[in-house]
Amino acid sequence: MSDAALAAADTNRLAVASQWQLMWWAFRRHRAAMIGLWITILFYIIAIIPGFFAINDPSRQNARAVYHPPQPIHFVDTKPDGGWSIWPYVHPTTLKRDPQTLASIFTEDTSRKNYVRFFGEGYEYSFFGLFTLNRHLIAFENMREPIFFLGADRLGRCVWSRMMQGAQISLSVGLVGVILSLVLGVLLGGVSGYFGGRIDFVIQRVIEFVLSLPNIPIWLALSAALPQNWPATLNYFMITVILSLTGWAQLARVVRGRFLSLRTEEFVTAARLDGASEGRVIFRHMLPSFASHIIASMTLAIPAMILAETSLSFLGLGLQPPTISWGVLLREAQNIRSIATAPWLFAPGAAVVLAVIALNFLGDGLRDAADPYNK
Amino acid sequence: MLRFIIVRLLWMIPSLIVISFLAFVLIQLPPGDYVTTYIATLAASNEVVDQNTANELRERFGLDQPMIVQYWKWITGIVLRGDFGLSFEWQQPVSGLIWERMALTLVLTFSTLLATWGIALPIGVFSAVKKYSIADYLVTAISFLGLAIPSFLLALVLMYVAAIEWGQEVGGLFSEQYVNAPWSLAKVVDLLHHLWIPVIILAVSGTASLIRVMRANMLDELNKPYVTTARAKGLSEFRLLLKYPVRIALNPFISTIAWLLPNLVSGSIIVAIVMSLPTAGPLLLQSLMAQDMYLAGAFVLLICALTLFGSLISDILLALADPRIRLE
Repeated sequence: MSDAALAAADTNRLAVASQWQLMWWAFRRHRAAMIGLWITILFYIIAIIPGFFAINDPSRQNARAVYHPPQPIHFVDTKPDGGWSIWPYVHPTTLKRDPQTLASIFTEDTSRKNYVRFFGEGYEYSFFGLFTLNRHLIAFENMREPIFFLGADRLGRCVWSRMMQGAQISLSVGLVGVILSLVLGVLLGGVSGYFGGRIDFVIQRVIEFVLSLPNIPIWLALSAALPQNWPATLNYFMITVILSLTGWAQLARVVRGRFLSLRTEEFVTAARLDGASEGRVIFRHMLPSFASHIIASMTLAIPAMILAETSLSFLGLGLQPPTISWGVLLREAQNIRSIATAPWLFAPGAAVVLAVIALNFLGDGLRDAADPYNK
Repeated sequence: MLRFIIVRLLWMIPSLIVISFLAFVLIQLPPGDYVTTYIATLAASNEVVDQNTANELRERFGLDQPMIVQYWKWITGIVLRGDFGLSFEWQQPVSGLIWERMALTLVLTFSTLLATWGIALPIGVFSAVKKYSIADYLVTAISFLGLAIPSFLLALVLMYVAAIEWGQEVGGLFSEQYVNAPWSLAKVVDLLHHLWIPVIILAVSGTASLIRVMRANMLDELNKPYVTTARAKGLSEFRLLLKYPVRIALNPFISTIAWLLPNLVSGSIIVAIVMSLPTAGPLLLQSLMAQDMYLAGAFVLLICALTLFGSLISDILLALADPRIRLE
């Protein structure tokens, strides 16, 4: 095909492409956003099935592995007969006590090797309570010896496995919180933008007011009001409700702006003249044309929610142990003495930062792609 | 102009009333009241409080009256006499506990605001002028990182580095000898020596978003014909930038107070708790944990009111800078 014919085929394709297809094409060109998308997908896969990515049971305590340092993974395996191969393994560690300070000293026992088994068997975990599995991405030949990729905490629990488990709560708080704020935001923003007039004025003032308040003191006060003895799931749900109580305002503003600009469009007037009901005009005609914007704003709101949950749990007013979230894990790193002995307790912080950056890139890319005038 | 300011000031009244009510409802929310907590604490040390004593305590603190009556007593006390009630936990008037901490919070927030602008403005202009250079990409990368790192994590890492590398404890706002000393010039100097660490930590996240705002504004302006005209006149590049596009790009900058301030105040509370600064944060957390409601309420009320005044000031500044706004 000649160049001209190719260009013509391209234009044809462009002319008949749906809005979502156009968006996807624009999005694909955004390299940072694509990387963000892949990292986000990976994170949410971990959140769906954290047990598969964990190595040790995240809540199993081990008195002989208190503040166990991260174990280096070796890749080049030399055989006694001089040959070599590439297969990851770790040397098991032995615990000794310093005779003076009684501090534990972990030394690698280089005479023994514990080989990695991909998709091997390990501890049993449940998949949303539906069935139990015992396959893990990374398992070891000898699972009885403790293996700590990222070290252990003050009770000898595996930091890596706890981080994987924490992804489930931390990432889903963001999603559930954003969906709750979306319901409030679309409802109030939609009413405000669609009907206008006095209702619009009142809702606008409420939004301005909510946006001008500092979140943290209000969240702190609200979550301090939650009874300590509530079951973990109820507590989790209440925390997301609290976070979305202030999070809806931003989304409501976006929705209102869209409604205002669409209200006078010809196709809306046409639909109304056709005798469509208010509900049909809103949901069938208006909503689809700005759904992409809303999804972009939602994606940008998720990282803020994740950070909020992390901060609250870190302060001890969010989720409570034994629930595992990244914020709860970072509580372990709260005092300077424990992080001085065990800096690997910062690892969940790195997970938070990575997740937030990836979601921000993804949201930025979506927003640019959803904007038809951004060429 | 005057009309704009008056209307804006009048709007403050309902906002403040709503805030005060909100603050009061918030601290009323926890099940049980201070007396319940107090009895639980006593029970932990094997002291038994009988029902009569509990009721007497409730009566003394006025906890047995309906909520609206308690609210009315509370708010009239504040407005008429500056009386924020009694802190149950500390057994002294709330007003004696909060003012120094609120003042230090104000100092911290204001310094951070200045630092944020001071850092973000030149960097934003620079990265817009040197668009798509290595330095621009570096700044963009760092500002994305700044947005993603929770401020408490940054504070922790910095405290860790200070403890391990420099062998010193970072925390607090004063050296030991000045903590309880009366205010003097030496104490202020000491405060400045300690203040910069929390200021930098807090400024990072605000700076990140401001740099992006400034860069975008500048990029919009730089392509406009008046810039080309000025360049054609032979104006030096530096003077040209400062005289025209920066001035226009600054305009949305002023309005950022409105959203920067609530974030700053929120961030300062968490950082203050991590670094145990003598500001509002740690005491607010402690009072919420102990359900010391008058103390917590005073903090929530003052912090929110402070933020509202901040956005009032930003609106007035914006109206001064941009005639289109006051004519609306």
